[in-house]
Amino acid sequence: MYTAILLLPLAGAVIAGFFHRFTGEKFAMYLTTGILFFCAILSWIAFLSGHGEHGDTVTLFTWIASGDLAVDWAIRVDTLTHVMLVVVTSVSSLVHLYSIGYMDEDDAKPRFFAYLSFFTFAMLALVTGDNLLQIFFGWEGVGVASYLLIGFWFKKASANAAAIKAFVVNRVGDFGFLLGLFMVFWLVGSIELDDVFAAAPALAEQTVGFLGMELNAAETIATLLFIGAMGKSAQLFLHTWLPDAMEGPTPVSALIHAATMVTAGVFLVCRMSPVMEYAPDALFLVTVVGASTAFFAATVGLVQNDIKRVIAYSTCSQLGYMFAAAGVGAYEAAMFHLFTHAFFKALLFLGAGSVIHAMHHEQDMRKMGGLKAKIPVTYAMMLAGTLAITGVGVPLLTILSTPIGFAGFLSKDVIVETTFAAHSSAGMYAFWLLVASACMTSFYSWRLIFMTFHGETRADHHTYDHAHESPNVMMIPLYVLAAGAVLAGMFWYPEFVGHHEGAFWGPSIFNSADNHVLHDAHDVPVWVKVSPFIAMLVGLGTAWLMYIRAPHLPAELAERHQPLYQFLLNKWYFDEIYDFLLVRPAKWIGYTLWKKGDGGTIDGIINGIAFSIIPRLTRFAGRVQSGFVFHYAFAMLIGVSLLITWFAISGGAH
Amino acid sequence: MNSDFALVVPEILMAAGAMLLLMVGAYGGEERQRNLITWASAGLMALVAAIVATRGGAEATAFGGAFVDDGFARFTKVLILTSSALMLVIGKEYLERRGILRFEYPILIVLATLGMMMMVSSGGLIALYMGLELQSLSLYVVAAFNRDSARSTEAGLKYFVLGALSSGMLLYGASLVYGYSGSTSFSAIAEVIADDGVSLGLTFGLVFICAGLAFKISAVPFHMWTPDVYEGAPTPVTAFFATAPKVAAGALFARALYDGFGNAVADWQQILVFISIASMFLGSIAAIGQSNLKRLLAYSSIGHMGFALVGLAAGTQAGAESLLTYLVIYVIMNIGTFAFILSMERDGKPVVQISDLAGLAETRPAQALALGVLMFSLAGIPPMVGFFAKFFVFKAAVDAGLAPLAVAGAVASVIGAYYYLNIVRVMYLSQAERPLEIRTNLIGQGALGLSALVMAAGWLPIFDGFGLPEMAAAAAQSLLR
Repeated sequence: MYTAILLLPLAGAVIAGFFHRFTGEKFAMYLTTGILFFCAILSWIAFLSGHGEHGDTVTLFTWIASGDLAVDWAIRVDTLTHVMLVVVTSVSSLVHLYSIGYMDEDDAKPRFFAYLSFFTFAMLALVTGDNLLQIFFGWEGVGVASYLLIGFWFKKASANAAAIKAFVVNRVGDFGFLLGLFMVFWLVGSIELDDVFAAAPALAEQTVGFLGMELNAAETIATLLFIGAMGKSAQLFLHTWLPDAMEGPTPVSALIHAATMVTAGVFLVCRMSPVMEYAPDALFLVTVVGASTAFFAATVGLVQNDIKRVIAYSTCSQLGYMFAAAGVGAYEAAMFHLFTHAFFKALLFLGAGSVIHAMHHEQDMRKMGGLKAKIPVTYAMMLAGTLAITGVGVPLLTILSTPIGFAGFLSKDVIVETTFAAHSSAGMYAFWLLVASACMTSFYSWRLIFMTFHGETRADHHTYDHAHESPNVMMIPLYVLAAGAVLAGMFWYPEFVGHHEGAFWGPSIFNSADNHVLHDAHDVPVWVKVSPFIAMLVGLGTAWLMYIRAPHLPAELAERHQPLYQFLLNKWYFDEIYDFLLVRPAKWIGYTLWKKGDGGTIDGIINGIAFSIIPRLTRFAGRVQSGFVFHYAFAMLIGVSLLITWFAISGGAH
Repeated sequence: MNSDFALVVPEILMAAGAMLLLMVGAYGGEERQRNLITWASAGLMALVAAIVATRGGAEATAFGGAFVDDGFARFTKVLILTSSALMLVIGKEYLERRGILRFEYPILIVLATLGMMMMVSSGGLIALYMGLELQSLSLYVVAAFNRDSARSTEAGLKYFVLGALSSGMLLYGASLVYGYSGSTSFSAIAEVIADDGVSLGLTFGLVFICAGLAFKISAVPFHMWTPDVYEGAPTPVTAFFATAPKVAAGALFARALYDGFGNAVADWQQILVFISIASMFLGSIAAIGQSNLKRLLAYSSIGHMGFALVGLAAGTQAGAESLLTYLVIYVIMNIGTFAFILSMERDGKPVVQISDLAGLAETRPAQALALGVLMFSLAGIPPMVGFFAKFFVFKAAVDAGLAPLAVAGAVASVIGAYYYLNIVRVMYLSQAERPLEIRTNLIGQGALGLSALVMAAGWLPIFDGFGLPEMAAAAAQSLLR
């Protein structure tokens, strides 16, 4: 079953990619979509029934056997894998279905579906990996698929630039991952996860020389792997590619840049929890970076005008939440948020896609407004997503030990509570930043709703009049995701983070003996419990005030606080700083090497040899070949004399 | 004594057959018999090849150690006999059409081949010289076989004069070796070296012997005859020169050095490094200036012998193995290439200029493709089999601590790739004023197609070189005592 889940999408990708000329476009689309739905059904079956199979391994074949390095292609079957399988195949199948409608007017549909399916395969390889190398294979595979899909409209220069940016920034993180992988192999002698986990306590006692410093081995490995996670999950300093990735088609943004690929970093940290638990300093870093990212991205999201970019920064911010939770040891909470976030963020993206579709590919919210009347169903779906992400629920009320609220309410609040319950400096830092972020999340999410759907329309007449609801094939995925956004949190709360979490996760997530942060999180003071809810209300109120009640306020505020506004609008000037510090010097080095190094030196030498020295030698050889026998005999005698002289002088080999 | 003769049955068959055919030709009326004699000669060589191939058994010597029959000898004999027979058959039509197919030609080829068989089986300096001279004398005559052509006679004469000089050097070296070791048998020489080391006199003798052998294999600086003889001799003769004699000379080189001077590797390694580097570079560089295909292939063979000697220079079993592998692959490539050159015609006359190939890809796409494959293979570009030939010799050299030699070889092969690829360029990118005529028969086409196919696909995992590496390894094993 697991083999089928893993390999069928690859088969679909191959057929759609290489054989669509024989099968036809329609067939390629329906085949890949059908395969994904089949995989999704299998995944749900595995998820709902397979809790007894903790730690099983399904070996497919031997991948590499070279010296000490022996790597099998194997599927690790445990709860963590199950959760990720469900997330990946569900969202992917819905996105496939949605794309049939969204990409209707595109003339490279089979290519698009082949990429989507290939991405799914790579992502599945990542989450099922039983060793670090297979995870890395998937890691790179999703990177390639992401690159291809961001640049899917390759005739658009900005799409190509964004694709390259995503790839290059990810390389920085991947380098960290690779170094971590190498170090694991160097110190443990194996990259099988079980071997690595077994060796983790020993690693914590070991030191290792790295960059001229003596460092704790477990800390170093954990940090390096986290650097890889930072790249893939767009955390602070390596986040710059994610907003630009919105150049890709919207279904891609939903699948890759919201629900699945970007969560790979969170997954990796949770997967490596047995190592992470022995690396408190690395976890400190995880928390700080996660919380900072959540805050930073939320601030930038406040002022963006492109509907997809708002959601992109929101994704960035929510990923920060997950890392913050993982950093304080609440991997379960991180995975819970990952799980619910996949539903409501995919919903928001696909809803935004529906809006964009209705508006004839207009993405600027300043040219929208009043769409509630034109596309009411989409509006309702987006509303469900917004209620989920902002965390609407009933605070302090639990029925059957489950809080009542939308998905985001349950998962986000758990994270906020665990950071507080950690009672560490990093935890408190994260707590306050996350509460502030919750307020901003609420503001920018409602701002999006108000600017798009409420008020007087700012769209031009023609577009507005022709705005229409999307076809069913695009709406059905929205319904399914909306159901998940509303119910997923309440339904699985007991398993993921509630009373059954121990039995649910089994050994797939490791908590060291003194890590009971998740348990403590249920006993935090009441003011802590209600703080994210209150923050949400503040954000909602502000948004209502500024965009419904007094729409002139935002412009005035921006005018009055121009420096701050510009600072946020330009995303804290990260792109500009990187451009100055890294991009320009790198380009200069590349240009210099190309012109002076490659063109001047290498080409010069090669051309010099090829165009002047060799022909000269050739002419000389031709002249020597005079045709006279005595010349030839003379050459032979010279040869013998040379050899004899050489031996006479050197005395041979003695 | 009986067992001695039992061991040389193949050679006796060749000698008796040659004499019988000579009688048939001399008394049977030439016009009617030359066809018969050609086919009979080819058949004889094929038969002997089959006999040699099926003879197994451990290493044995005859006539007081002068004649050696071992895996190495059998391997090279099969290669020599088959390539001689093939070249005879492929070149037959060409000679017939020019009216120069006389009955002596196939018989001389048989005799030359017999000489080569003696060479690779020689167990001492006397047998070595006997075989070498039998081969050389036959080759001098076939080089001048087109008696009415000034170029052909000039080629024969040049070859003869220079060959005499090289024979003199070889004999001088042999006498020095005899004087300083007290024996002409390889095993006795090896014992002396093992006991007393290499005296300066022996070293000098070694140098002269190497010079004589280098002449036969056309290695620089003893190569000067090659381009002139290749160009002047009738094309079927050139084709023959480029195949079997090269194998024989290479094998003889290995035989003399490994069997006789196996304990003086460090000495002859220096000689071989010198001549192989010189050959590789001269072959590559001088070929660039050629416009005549036969001359170009002469330089090509000089270069290729340089590469083959890289393997020999390693002085190890892997080195001998790579030399044999190289020779086999080289022969197959040349059979195909010459089968094509023999078919080139315009207005009923043979043409051999590179420019004559222009536009071939349009008029004869299949032939152009096959020749293109062979050129890529000769240049040593993967995944063609020619690449693996080079790879093995370089690997043997590197493993024997001769990395600089391998690097030099790689550089030379890059330079050499230019002129091979130039031929492909002319075929595919140049326009012809008048298309080339291809006059060929089933045998020629088969040889071209098959050799191109083998070169293109031979090292795919399913074929894996057709077991060549294993056979070469077994042969090389028997060479090392």
